[in-house]
Amino acid sequence: MRFKSIMRLEARTLAPIVSLFLLIVGTALVVPGFLKLSIVDGHIYGSLIDILHRSTPTALIALGMAVVIGTKGIDLSVGAIIAICGAVTAVLTTSTELHPLIVLGCALLAGMACGLWNGTLVAVFGIQPIVATLILMVAGRGIAQMITGGQIVTFHSDFIDAIGNGFFMGLPARVVLAAVIVAITILVLRKTALGMFLEAVGGNSEASRLVGIDSKLLIIMVYVFSGFCAALAGVIIAADIRGADANNAGLWLELDAILAVVIAGASLSGGRIYLGLTIVGALIIQTLTTAILTSGLPAQYNLIVKASIILLVLLLQSKVTQNFIKARVQSFRRASDA
Amino acid sequence: MLNERYLPVIATLLVFILLYGYGMVEYKGFRDTLVFTNLLTDNAFLIVTAVGMSFVIISGGIDLSVGSMIAFVGVLLAYLITGLGIHPVYAAIIALCTATFFGMIMGVIIAYFEIQPFIVTLAGLFLFRGLAYMINLNSVPIDHELLVTLSEIYVPLPGRGGLTFIAMAMLALLAIGVVVAKRTRFGLNVYAVGGDVQSAALMGVPVKSTLVRIYALSGLYSGAAGVIFAIYTGSAYPLAAVGVELDAIAAVVIGGTLLTGGVGFVFGAFLGALIQGIIQTLIIFDGSLNSWWTKVAIGALLLMFILMQKAIVHFTRRYSGKNPEPPEQPALEKVEST
Amino acid sequence: MTDVNQPPLLSIEHINKRFPGVRALNDVSLTFHAGEVHALLGENGAGKSTLIKVLTGIYTKDSGDMMLDGRNVHIRNSLDAQSNGIRTVYQEINLIPTMTVAENLTLLDQPRRFGMIRWRSAQSRAKEMLARVGLDIDPNSLLVSHSIAVQQMVAIARALGSKARLLILDEPTASLDSDEIARLFGLMRQLKEQGMAIIFVTHFLDQVYAISDTISVLRNGSHVGTFKTSNLSQTELVGHMLGKDLDMLQHDQRDVTEAEEKPVVLSLSQVGKTGMLKPVDLNLKQGEIVGLAGLLGSGRTELCELAYGSVRPDQGNKAWLGKLLPINTPKQAIEQGMAYCPEDRKHRGIIAELSVRENLILALQSSRGWWSRIPMAEQQAIVSEFIERLSIKTSDMEKPIGELSGGNQQKVILARWLVTNPTLLILDEPTRGIDVGAHHDILTIIRELCEEGMSLLVASSEVEEIVAFAHRVVVLRDRGKVSEIAGNQISQKSIIQAIAQ
Repeated sequence: MRFKSIMRLEARTLAPIVSLFLLIVGTALVVPGFLKLSIVDGHIYGSLIDILHRSTPTALIALGMAVVIGTKGIDLSVGAIIAICGAVTAVLTTSTELHPLIVLGCALLAGMACGLWNGTLVAVFGIQPIVATLILMVAGRGIAQMITGGQIVTFHSDFIDAIGNGFFMGLPARVVLAAVIVAITILVLRKTALGMFLEAVGGNSEASRLVGIDSKLLIIMVYVFSGFCAALAGVIIAADIRGADANNAGLWLELDAILAVVIAGASLSGGRIYLGLTIVGALIIQTLTTAILTSGLPAQYNLIVKASIILLVLLLQSKVTQNFIKARVQSFRRASDA
Repeated sequence: MLNERYLPVIATLLVFILLYGYGMVEYKGFRDTLVFTNLLTDNAFLIVTAVGMSFVIISGGIDLSVGSMIAFVGVLLAYLITGLGIHPVYAAIIALCTATFFGMIMGVIIAYFEIQPFIVTLAGLFLFRGLAYMINLNSVPIDHELLVTLSEIYVPLPGRGGLTFIAMAMLALLAIGVVVAKRTRFGLNVYAVGGDVQSAALMGVPVKSTLVRIYALSGLYSGAAGVIFAIYTGSAYPLAAVGVELDAIAAVVIGGTLLTGGVGFVFGAFLGALIQGIIQTLIIFDGSLNSWWTKVAIGALLLMFILMQKAIVHFTRRYSGKNPEPPEQPALEKVEST
Repeated sequence: MTDVNQPPLLSIEHINKRFPGVRALNDVSLTFHAGEVHALLGENGAGKSTLIKVLTGIYTKDSGDMMLDGRNVHIRNSLDAQSNGIRTVYQEINLIPTMTVAENLTLLDQPRRFGMIRWRSAQSRAKEMLARVGLDIDPNSLLVSHSIAVQQMVAIARALGSKARLLILDEPTASLDSDEIARLFGLMRQLKEQGMAIIFVTHFLDQVYAISDTISVLRNGSHVGTFKTSNLSQTELVGHMLGKDLDMLQHDQRDVTEAEEKPVVLSLSQVGKTGMLKPVDLNLKQGEIVGLAGLLGSGRTELCELAYGSVRPDQGNKAWLGKLLPINTPKQAIEQGMAYCPEDRKHRGIIAELSVRENLILALQSSRGWWSRIPMAEQQAIVSEFIERLSIKTSDMEKPIGELSGGNQQKVILARWLVTNPTLLILDEPTRGIDVGAHHDILTIIRELCEEGMSLLVASSEVEEIVAFAHRVVVLRDRGKVSEIAGNQISQKSIIQAIAQ
């Protein structure tokens, strides 16, 4: 009996991991040298490292999104928050003498303030998450342009540059930073009862209320966290191009983040948070992109592939398909019993 | 007879009159009819998109794929006309049928697999943009004598203004939208589904087929917007109309349609889109303000209308015996499947 | 009133309907005559709503016949039912609140010309439909701008349509005040005169006697009997509904020692909420089980909610262990040592996606706060202990609770609160919808808890159950407390008589 439930657990968690593995193996067969790693000046290089490097912003945003979706919410404004925080970083670096750490702190605070705004609209005013975050999604890029004065502000800061493009113990610094954030998040959610409370609120808010869980505060916190993750991604993206592009920074990244959460197997109707698998989902998306680019297929396939994956996963997850499969399995069992 | 549901659209009208009145008082040039007819021409594709979006939002859904659809239809037109030498009229018909078909497919997935509209149309957003890239990567001109003829059609009005072909096409599509919403059974069913989907099913409204037709209609209207956009710009570009879905949603909401569904006016979307156009025009007339103020102002208007609607719902639902947010129940499924 | 020589308008014979694990309708046969108001009574789970759904085509019957005017008919969906003249008005008004009265009345059947709706003639048709139920309201007004009673009348107007013959009113009076009810009854009498057959589902006995000609009682999916209203006393009726034959209930009193000298744990003085529950006084002593008896809709659940604080009372005071305290939220209640298992297990109890372990530990964890997580080893120890103590049947503790049977879900929810070692446990219908074995287990647990000194407030529609464990019984009726029976006075008979007064 126990074995059976372990099997069930494994089948669900294994699917994204196996997909990632197959994807990497498949690409390696098509693209020679895909798996090759080399060490130059004490830094590791290679396609796999490149995938980790490029997927960092998506993974960070997906991390926040996974928690938000777990509480039955959604955050459409992360792309706009990326633009705002990139703008804050660039403008503070170029026009003030502030220490880069303080600049980073300001950018993160800006992101968290955006999250506080979203969370307040959702939890206090009771506006549906998709509507509440839409407001910032529309206005956010305007705010970012307001900060940058409409220009692409280029900047130079050794510290910010190190976050975006530097190395730490041979690995890209931003990958290490993101890994640390992911690890802390997993620790906080799983080693405190926070994760359970969030899943309870997402799964059944009324039952959670009756056991005395204060869902309002939790929901606000969740959006603040999503804002924090987006802010960090915004700083990394700004560091990447050494500038802030209010129009294009983080464009459509919210969609990639939602896709990563869906690939991880979480239901959009809330109740479960899979952080590790969400990161796997983000890696799958980036591996696909890299695979398409390096295998010589036109880049435009990327969007179509992403769309197909979303549809496929959703159709498989949908109640209608699940019921159909269940009915099939039952009739198969009955047939084999007889 | 005036009742609560007219309040938001009255507010919209007030905002429109105030902004336009401000422009007329402040700038002499604003008083010419040219400003108004330019508004009609420049925002024609947005208004047409917003008319289709109105049906979706009134039914309680959302369509994020419209911007990509506009780009896809444009590129498809260019390919059919310039690439294959098909007459523009036939090309437009083919493009519109394709757009309607894609909309219908999304509707089928939403209605029969019971997947949330926003994620299905999100996949559509990726897919259509990807398809547009597949056809053509660059911006290409659409050359045909018919387009030249169309651009010369001009019905002069008093003052310097006049109605262009696309402005008239837009007005015709708007009129059709208004009539369909208010004078056909389909239109009323859309309101019923958005007002209370379970009651609608119990009253005998064919919920699923209505949903399919709604998304097909939105596909048709965004396809038509694509044709208009192609005539307007005289070219096709796969990256065209990025973010138009947000502008269209904003137009619908500022036009007084409730994002939770059931309440709204197609004509309101026209006003909502024009308000966005006026803000842009005012900023151009002002000269000292920058374009990003448009986004921020639209975001602020969006917030204002969402909060106002929340308040109206709060005060009108007080008489209703129903819980404003009833727990999810599978009632629909049962009613429908028998 | 009914012409015996005419075939009945609708008769159903030997109707059966099963759901997985439940026999919802068991060989039910009933006849409905034109010009008759036929009351359909029964407690929750008796099969009333299943029967109505079979009649209206929402469910398909497993077996049995339906005869309309003596002819066999098959009703496969709600359109079939409508075309056969069977119309339904539900308790929850199933109209579109955001549309106007006229739009609601004519939806799907608007008069058209060239595919265009002709609103002027739609409005005059709406006016006619409203006139038929005696309403004079503006058809262009929004539905939500009217009171519930008017909305209900509009729903009836829509149901009557053009060729309604059998009108089913499913608890139409639940949210109406007495004037509005009088108005509705006036309409029902008028329709009856016109030869309409009306099936009236309600749980207000006064109303049954005020309006109905015939009463049919269902219990546990079976037809208990059909009676002429004038020949049936209220006490007999309640006995039928609760499955008790009063003559057989002479000597079922038991010896109860009253816990007189024990301290009062929770005391409610004039606690109530407008439109929900009339002010109630109630004292709960340590180690005492107080039963809440009453028919469906009498205010049992409402009293539990107000006592716990999951609904904030708008009048009265609560005292906890003699001290006046504001207990208005679940959090405050839990801090004092209260616990509450709600009636609606699926929507308010379990969190289906979470595991048995998480569901079981949730209340304790919530009282400790999010920071001090109960270590996994301790969680597993607690959970295994309670799985064993309440004999919860699950393959393992990490299974999602949604996959367990109802009885085992209920035990997990009970365990969720027992883990917190509450001073007062409020149970609303703890044995609803669970199998016999689990039923027995839960009653045993209730008694054991009481012996350990816990106070319990238990609402139940099973009078037998209440008699079996309660030290004191509070009887509710029409959303208010009507009497309190204590000690040796507690018997099924005394409770039923108090309910039926």
